[in-house]
Amino acid sequence: MAEGIIAGLVVFTLASFVGFEVINKIPPTLHTPLMSGSNAISGIAIVGALLVAGDRHWNLSVALGLLGVILATINVVGGFLVTDRMLQMFKKKEVKA
Amino acid sequence: MSEFLPTGIQLSYLIASALFIIGLKQLGSPATARQGNVVGAIGMLIAIVATLLDRQVLNYEMIALGIAIGAGLGAVMAYRVAMTDMPQMVGLLNGFGGAASALVAVGEFWRVTSVMDVVPLSETITIVLSILIGGITLTGSLLAFAKLQELVPGAPITFPFQQPVNLAIVVTFLAGSGMLIANPHDLPVFLTLVVLSLILGFLFVLPIGGADTPVVISLLNSFSGLAASAAGFVLMNNMLIIAGALVGASGIILTELMCRAMNRTLANVLFSAFGSTQTATAGAVADSEDKTVRSIDSEQGAMMLGYARSVVVVPGYGMAVAQAQHAVRELTDQLERLGVEVKYAIHPVAGRMPGHMNVLLAEANVPYTQLYDMDDINPEFERTDVALVIGANDVVNPAARTNQSSPIYGMPILEVDRAQHTIVIKRGMNAGFSGVENELFYKNKTMMLFGSAKDAITQLVAAVKEL
Repeated sequence: MAEGIIAGLVVFTLASFVGFEVINKIPPTLHTPLMSGSNAISGIAIVGALLVAGDRHWNLSVALGLLGVILATINVVGGFLVTDRMLQMFKKKEVKA
Repeated sequence: MSEFLPTGIQLSYLIASALFIIGLKQLGSPATARQGNVVGAIGMLIAIVATLLDRQVLNYEMIALGIAIGAGLGAVMAYRVAMTDMPQMVGLLNGFGGAASALVAVGEFWRVTSVMDVVPLSETITIVLSILIGGITLTGSLLAFAKLQELVPGAPITFPFQQPVNLAIVVTFLAGSGMLIANPHDLPVFLTLVVLSLILGFLFVLPIGGADTPVVISLLNSFSGLAASAAGFVLMNNMLIIAGALVGASGIILTELMCRAMNRTLANVLFSAFGSTQTATAGAVADSEDKTVRSIDSEQGAMMLGYARSVVVVPGYGMAVAQAQHAVRELTDQLERLGVEVKYAIHPVAGRMPGHMNVLLAEANVPYTQLYDMDDINPEFERTDVALVIGANDVVNPAARTNQSSPIYGMPILEVDRAQHTIVIKRGMNAGFSGVENELFYKNKTMMLFGSAKDAITQLVAAVKEL
């Protein structure tokens, strides 16, 4: 089990570095869409919630997992859609200008 | 053949992770941002579909119902929300993400303790960590949402012995974690830890003032990612760990950018409510009494603007609150009709979240090419005839440059005082969020146009039309 944690830490650390590198130097115009877009990605918790909610037999874990599925789906769907709505406005305007 | 499905799921996770990275990369450039968002969404779809194929997932009816409810609510929120309310929206979504991660940890704790007699140490530690981060993200975000929505006062809220109380809760949490590690089946201790992490999130945001919410929202965004990562450690799921780490990193970068734009450290933003600013405010108010303010009406203002060669508009949160961005756009259209060159100067912390002002002006169809960042516009003010400040205060306060004793000294500002003339639209002479008096208002070149941003701009538009 400890090896699992170490492997996880390796993945976590490397992914953090990738995150820092990818996101550095973003123009201020895109800060809000970036935040709501990355916010939608943090809804990845839905994967965990699906696994916890997956059991066919009702128990407390399944109930908690299902609540997690609902909240995470709001996060994912709301986040991606509102980001698209914002970026659409930027698009429209650039064409006009 | 039995190995095929799990391998396929892991490969799908790998593809989804790659798509998230590509999506984030594309979100960083105006030309590809919208595509990047779509790429991220496709990654998410792949991750969800792959997970549904997992042998562990059997409860399809209920899950379909849950996803339908969540998707419906999310879509309604996304299409209904006003652009001024984006910070609240992101705050609330952060909270939901954090809550989902914490629920995963609680659910997993339940499952593990009911099927195993001996719970592995690593399992308990990751569950505690996940509940801590998820819980803080949930209540912290909900309180930030309530502050932004003005359900509770935006001012910093402090009470006696606040820091000792916080410390006591942290110590209790650590002690409780130790007890749970010793005996993972101790349900009361587990529930206490859940409640304590919720209280911590609440207390963490309580003393942070309304002006600092861009920083808090960025930080909570980072937390919601870390919460997902922590849940990934609980389930030993790389997909969660990677996506969470990416979001955690991006949130930290934006937090750092916001802090730099206010010339403050993160620690200062989080803890400054504890008794440093009040004294400085008192000193600044006293010496302002014998200064005079030049006030003008909208006709005079229209005259100055209409006959200028170049005008720089400096929008602040006051403009956003008054929903005056459309009126401002109309005003600048009228000015351009008269041959005036119009630019917008955007301070990095204008609005209530990073880049918020750009979104609001985009909504009002202000051309992208007219928006200028602080570093680009500051050298231009000397050649500008009129700087029009609408509902901004601290970000144009020259004291940040000149007065070493000012609390905002050193903060990068928009140097509107270098323009030939400055018109400030403001409701009254109140100090800004920082509580600091603004000497710009008393300068010879500065004219005050009192009124709510929307009324004042609407009158200016009418007056400019008659020129």
